[in-house]
Amino acid sequence: MHASKRLHAPRKTALALATGLAASLTLSSVQAGDVEVLHWWTSGGEARAANVLKELMEAEGHTWEDFAVAGGGGETAMTVLKSRAMSGNPPSAAQIKGPEIQEWGELGLLGNLDGVAEAQEWETLLPETVAEVMRHDGQYVAVPVNVHRVNWLWANPEVLDAAGVEMPTTLDELFAAAEPLREAGVIPLAHGGQAWQDATLFEDIVLATGGTDFYQHALVDLDPEALGGEQMIEALATFKRLRELMDDDMSGRDWNIATSMVIEGDAAMQLMGDWAKGEFTAAGLTAGEDYLCAPAPGTQQAFTFNIDSLAMFRVSDEGEREAQQDLARLVLEPTFQEAFNLAKGSIPARPDLDMSEFDRCAQQSLADFQRTADEGGLVPSMAHGMAVRTAVQGAIFDVVTNYFNDSDMEAEEAARRMVNTAQAAL
Amino acid sequence: MTLSTSLRQDGQAVRRRSKSGRLQDWLPRLVLAPSVAISLFFVYGFMLWTFILSLTSSRMLPSYDFVGFAQYGRLMVNERWWVASTNLVIFGGLFVAICLVLGAFLAILLDQRIRREGTLRTIYLYPMALSFIVTGVVWKWLLNPGLGLQAMVRGWGFESFTFDWLVDPDMAVYTLVIAAVWQASGFVMALFLAGLRGIDDSIIKAAQLDGGSLPRIYWRVVIPCLRPVMFSAVMILAHIAIKSFDLVIALTGGGPGYASDLPATFMYTHAFTRAQVGLGSASAMLMLGGVLAILIPYLYSELRSRKHG
Repeated sequence: MHASKRLHAPRKTALALATGLAASLTLSSVQAGDVEVLHWWTSGGEARAANVLKELMEAEGHTWEDFAVAGGGGETAMTVLKSRAMSGNPPSAAQIKGPEIQEWGELGLLGNLDGVAEAQEWETLLPETVAEVMRHDGQYVAVPVNVHRVNWLWANPEVLDAAGVEMPTTLDELFAAAEPLREAGVIPLAHGGQAWQDATLFEDIVLATGGTDFYQHALVDLDPEALGGEQMIEALATFKRLRELMDDDMSGRDWNIATSMVIEGDAAMQLMGDWAKGEFTAAGLTAGEDYLCAPAPGTQQAFTFNIDSLAMFRVSDEGEREAQQDLARLVLEPTFQEAFNLAKGSIPARPDLDMSEFDRCAQQSLADFQRTADEGGLVPSMAHGMAVRTAVQGAIFDVVTNYFNDSDMEAEEAARRMVNTAQAAL
Repeated sequence: MTLSTSLRQDGQAVRRRSKSGRLQDWLPRLVLAPSVAISLFFVYGFMLWTFILSLTSSRMLPSYDFVGFAQYGRLMVNERWWVASTNLVIFGGLFVAICLVLGAFLAILLDQRIRREGTLRTIYLYPMALSFIVTGVVWKWLLNPGLGLQAMVRGWGFESFTFDWLVDPDMAVYTLVIAAVWQASGFVMALFLAGLRGIDDSIIKAAQLDGGSLPRIYWRVVIPCLRPVMFSAVMILAHIAIKSFDLVIALTGGGPGYASDLPATFMYTHAFTRAQVGLGSASAMLMLGGVLAILIPYLYSELRSRKHG
């Protein structure tokens, strides 16, 4: 008994020492210049891109604590973030986008970036539509990292040529291309039957049939008259016609599988955001030669944006706040913008960069971004959580995907449901 | 002196024994106390918390702004919730019923003192060792019309063969039944087999002497003896059915559209990805209510009849 007690004693001391050491270590790491960044840039290219930011921060003398949570378009990361925020210990910065920034802002959890914004002149640097997303209650709380364009059409030129089809620029041309492509033995449009992919196509069609004003009224402002009106019924009917262009096995297919069908030549085209470019690049293809990109048919005058941003949480530590300001500044600086967006396939959030390194699609994307920002065609993407809050977005997804998959549901019925569920979810 | 010493020693021994006896009385309680406390807190405490949240207007994070039963009202008019609930009735009912019938049938066949019984038993039981995610992915490939069964049969020359339940909104929920039955019926078989082995041979022999035919003996004698096994099997299968989540995610993703949604996936989607914690909690409470509504009468009748029988 005694012997064992004596044996235990040193072990206990060692344990105490170890805990003490660990405690002092964590204490020291919380001190000045420490940023913990929650993000889900975990795939190969994205992780490398995030690493650029880490190195830049470390060059400024700050410590970067990586808090990468992989999986599911950020769903897992958001769950982790919520539990951290609830326990009163949020990270310094987190990848939050669109109206969700407002939700976090309303909880009073976000810090203020007005200082950096003024020094870097964000007002002139960012288009007003984008700046609006980054502000809560008139104050900047988040910094944009990149801009994705959602309304893109991707195509395999060899397949199009073999069928004697031109890259469609209107919906009529798109539907007309179906027959020759079918005869050539390919699927005209590759698609994955998942709710968000259905919604991505739906918003392209809403834009193409109704124009940007209608899009804004219906899917951003949720005006019941627009949501349930004639134009919406027409858009829904056209949207369902897209099924004629697809294969029967699309249900549940991932978007990148659909992209690879275009790469392999099994399908001719795909409507998808510019992240699809990553798949083409990974297959060793060159933009403009081995694959084509064009605005989704009928939406040349519009640009649906999906912007990743880093929101800063309110912190008490002076050093950490300093580091947050530096982080926000570095994110918008050309070095990071160029490195990150080259890796991710998106375009920089600031328009004044040298774009010579970027491919043809990205260059066109940036030109369109500036043009639509001036002309008013720049709209937030509903399908990618930029236009409405998650609850409403989910409700619209439900109606859209159900309508698209249910051969018996009429467009009128879907429009009626859309009005009801959008109201109920508000 | 000696007497008094021995008396004293006796007294000490008695006292010591009673002390250790008291310890022995308390020991089980002491050992169980942490797990009781943990389950009280983490199971019943969180049930209570979920109930409280279901009465609030919580959206992204829990808040305590009470709105009465408004979330339940919203749930009642939610189209998707009714699809999910109907699916659970279809899926749960078919899954439990088919597993029981198939499991009992396989067990009876295996119980005929055949050769290589151990090998066969392992083959049937093995699917249970897989996770539902694996089962889901494999069946997703098998049932995909362009990839699996349909493509294979068409490849053999039967061009008109169609088996596209996976992409048919009306039939997708039945693909869940197929995969789940494949996974769980072997396990039910093992349960029934153990039950069959536990039946006294003399009862069967007596029935045979009375001139009962084999099917009749099974129907009237053996299967009634398996009632306790049936009870355990239903308990296990019912809870697998109600908490089914991973299978749906892997096999159909709730699709096409949300045609194969189950309450568990509905709850997850709303509470965790759509920032509707209040609505999600309300759906979780209704799921709990559904479980209790099935289990309590069943438990009650089973336990009572066993006591009387």
